[in-house]
Amino acid sequence: MQSNSFMNADAVESLVDEMAGKLWSLMNERAIQAPLLVGIRTGGVWLAEMLHQELGLEEPLGTLDISFYRDDFTRIGMNPEVHPSDLPVPVDDRHVVLIDDVLHTGRTMRAALNEIFDYGRPASVILACLVERRGRELPIQPDVVALHKEMKPGEHITLTGPEPLGLVIGTDSNRESRNGESGAEA
Amino acid sequence: MSRGPSLQLDDVGRLRHFLTIDGLNRELLTEILDTAEGFAGVSERTVKKVPLCRGKIVANLFFENSTRTRTTFELAGKRLSADVLNLNITASSTSKGETLLDTLRNLEAMHVDMFVVRHAVSGAAHFIARHADPGVGVINAGDGRHAHPTQAMLDMFTIRRHKGEFTGLRVAIVGDILHSRVARSQILALNTLGASEVRVIAPRTLLPVEARSLGVHIYHDMDEGIRDVDVVIMLRLQKERMQGAMLPSEHEYYRLFGLTEARLAAADSEAIVMHPGPINRGVEMASEVADGSRSVILQQVSYGIAVRMAVMSIIIGTQNQQGQDNKG
Repeated sequence: MQSNSFMNADAVESLVDEMAGKLWSLMNERAIQAPLLVGIRTGGVWLAEMLHQELGLEEPLGTLDISFYRDDFTRIGMNPEVHPSDLPVPVDDRHVVLIDDVLHTGRTMRAALNEIFDYGRPASVILACLVERRGRELPIQPDVVALHKEMKPGEHITLTGPEPLGLVIGTDSNRESRNGESGAEA
Repeated sequence: MSRGPSLQLDDVGRLRHFLTIDGLNRELLTEILDTAEGFAGVSERTVKKVPLCRGKIVANLFFENSTRTRTTFELAGKRLSADVLNLNITASSTSKGETLLDTLRNLEAMHVDMFVVRHAVSGAAHFIARHADPGVGVINAGDGRHAHPTQAMLDMFTIRRHKGEFTGLRVAIVGDILHSRVARSQILALNTLGASEVRVIAPRTLLPVEARSLGVHIYHDMDEGIRDVDVVIMLRLQKERMQGAMLPSEHEYYRLFGLTEARLAAADSEAIVMHPGPINRGVEMASEVADGSRSVILQQVSYGIAVRMAVMSIIIGTQNQQGQDNKG
């Protein structure tokens, strides 16, 4: 696999500021108070922590590991590095903000939505992501995006971190077999 | 055809069957514990299920009675969304003269993906793994005096949850080591995971001759053996497996090896007490210990579900990958 740095920590942090601003406006527009921020492992959790701090939210933060909900378990087997999901407050009747680093095929988000609903029935779910690229395989669209990135087939973009954060672009001929979703990109 | 421990791994070291702890490395055991950690939270949710093994069929083949193990395997399968069949073999086909292999072939014809096997004969699960269709995974849920690897792993999970890392831990296993498949599996797992010291405390008549070769320190005196340990694992006195006069009496056994509050005081002040169940109260331990604040016996049962979910899903994951490898 080859990968090149695309954005350094400062540039990523200003993207996160942009995400925070857009999310704040959307929450005001929809009159959402005390939302539950949920980061999707691994990159989404780093972003969720930053957004949580920037927005000064008091509700605790949730994390999701969607390994048990992946649609490619029947093809690639168990992810050897599963972490527990943790939603510290009940999701019933609560506004949930799902946060991920890269939105690509939409399959990770499908898995995340299914997992969220196994915890309860949220009032609404907002999808916020740092980078959006073309290639959706499911009817899933983001509500908040900091960067739309045009990419060539076979290229992928990944958030690295947590210290320092960075965005890298790489190519990997083997990624096709993992549905283009090896954790970081989806 | 592969034999022994290698039977349970495929050519790239992935778990195909789970028959014994013997031959599995620390990375694999840790992967099972980490995966179980992921499943532990599922029990606390509104929907206590994940869709991982949807469409898979798991058959519990219990040739020997067991309520706890069978129930937790059944729940584990159901929480993974698999369909679970419970077959009480002693009561059905074998009494009509059908051979074990015929029973297997019939279940395979029903497209069963996994057998969970409990049998009174050592090696039964290995036999089934050797003769099962290559696409079928086998989990040993206890075979004779040989092994009970999922029990050992749920015990390891319990220890890790309460004590953190294994390095530095002193663990005492007390009681009927001779008849215990659990003890054998626990000793292997503790040594593989790097516990500092494993002690076995037992009367001479309930120790197997090869005990020393398992890498343990042997004690015949309970008060001496329990001193400063971090974990005390009590074993059930397996009266049904005993032939002849191995013990003077249950009363005498309790007097010498029973775990009481007074005895437990010699262990580390933070020591936990475990038992694979079912407990013979007043034989292996006093009720006040079994129900006391150091006892994690009921947590062991809850953790058993998560650990069995982990083993089942890892094996089914390997089958999925193999199916994919064969295609591509």
